[in-house]
Amino acid sequence: MSVQEVKERVVTTQVWQSIFRHRYLDSNRNRSLTVFSNLFLHIHPVKVREKSIRLRHTMCLGGLSFGLFLALVLSGVLLMFYYRPSVPQAYRDMKELQFVVTSGAFLRNLHRWAAHAMVLFVFLHMARVFFSGAYRPPREFNWVIGVLLLIITLLLSYTGYLLPWDQLAYWAITVGTNMAQAAPVVGPKFRFLLLGGNIIGENALVRFYVLHCVVLPLSGGLLIGVHFWRIRKDGGVRPL
Amino acid sequence: MDGQEEQLTDRRRFFWISGLTALGATAVGGGAVLADFVDPKVLFEPPTAFRLGKPDNFPVNSVTADYTRKIYIVRTEVGFFALSAVCTHLGCITRWVEDDETIACPCHGSKFKRDGTVVQGPAPRPLRRIAIRLEDGELVVDTAVEVERDAILRA
Repeated sequence: MSVQEVKERVVTTQVWQSIFRHRYLDSNRNRSLTVFSNLFLHIHPVKVREKSIRLRHTMCLGGLSFGLFLALVLSGVLLMFYYRPSVPQAYRDMKELQFVVTSGAFLRNLHRWAAHAMVLFVFLHMARVFFSGAYRPPREFNWVIGVLLLIITLLLSYTGYLLPWDQLAYWAITVGTNMAQAAPVVGPKFRFLLLGGNIIGENALVRFYVLHCVVLPLSGGLLIGVHFWRIRKDGGVRPL
Repeated sequence: MDGQEEQLTDRRRFFWISGLTALGATAVGGGAVLADFVDPKVLFEPPTAFRLGKPDNFPVNSVTADYTRKIYIVRTEVGFFALSAVCTHLGCITRWVEDDETIACPCHGSKFKRDGTVVQGPAPRPLRRIAIRLEDGELVVDTAVEVERDAILRA
């Protein structure tokens, strides 16, 4: 049996056809249907002008930011298998990841560098959009979503800072929450709620952990979906 | 038939308004409950009041630093007062430098006199003066209670 025959036999099974409804035949209709009926492909338009996918229009900075986000989710979830957000355990678990767990040091370093790189690329992406005027109508709303995503990126960096529970973490959060406290009227109460108390202790560690691992990534993921969808709805990338 | 249509419109509006009111009330109530939920009711934090022993343990014209409790006990010729060692800039723990007779912050370089007033640096306010009192012949401070800038415990 040739490769072609095996392929033919696989794609004609009921299992295959229940997953992929349309064959990738060389007709415009079928190509469109293949994209429409796939959750992952439908984020991208069916047809893209050759001009608009030139690398120098976007330098793929948004795509690189998203790739780093995926790398951070993946490495972050793996780190969660060993990390416990409690005062007696957090620092030891971080050290265990660094020195004992197989690939632990690699994952931790990957998470750290990807986080730094994501901040950098999100910033460069914003600069590119600004300098190429891509925030102008009809894309004003997507610029606003982008600003929210920048804030979420920075908050993710900040909340992740406390989790190793070392001196750097403790004092960074001391300084940061005191800055938040300086906000007029709501500042002191906001700091109290953020820390879950008056001091940086168990409550603060758990709160930062939940924000870092659940609340912020989910909000970010949701906004990323809207951000991508709006690119399509606002006419994709059009060179100036 | 005009009257009937108007009636339908009225009924529809009634349901719209009651529906939106119910949803709004639920949203506001849910928000309030959530805000109250994240506000902890019991805190398991270390105590803020400490016994420091007899006043005679502190010589006249001295500054005694207690970095674990983040306080300075200052005894002047008039009496005692206590300062919080937490820098008023961004919350680092300051150090008493005996040679320079200053309280210095390692984070951003703020310096204070022994009465807590700012000598230099980014600190916007003097160090907090905290409550000190005599109880059963022993000095007791409470870091949670801030007192007037000129408050002093006469001894």
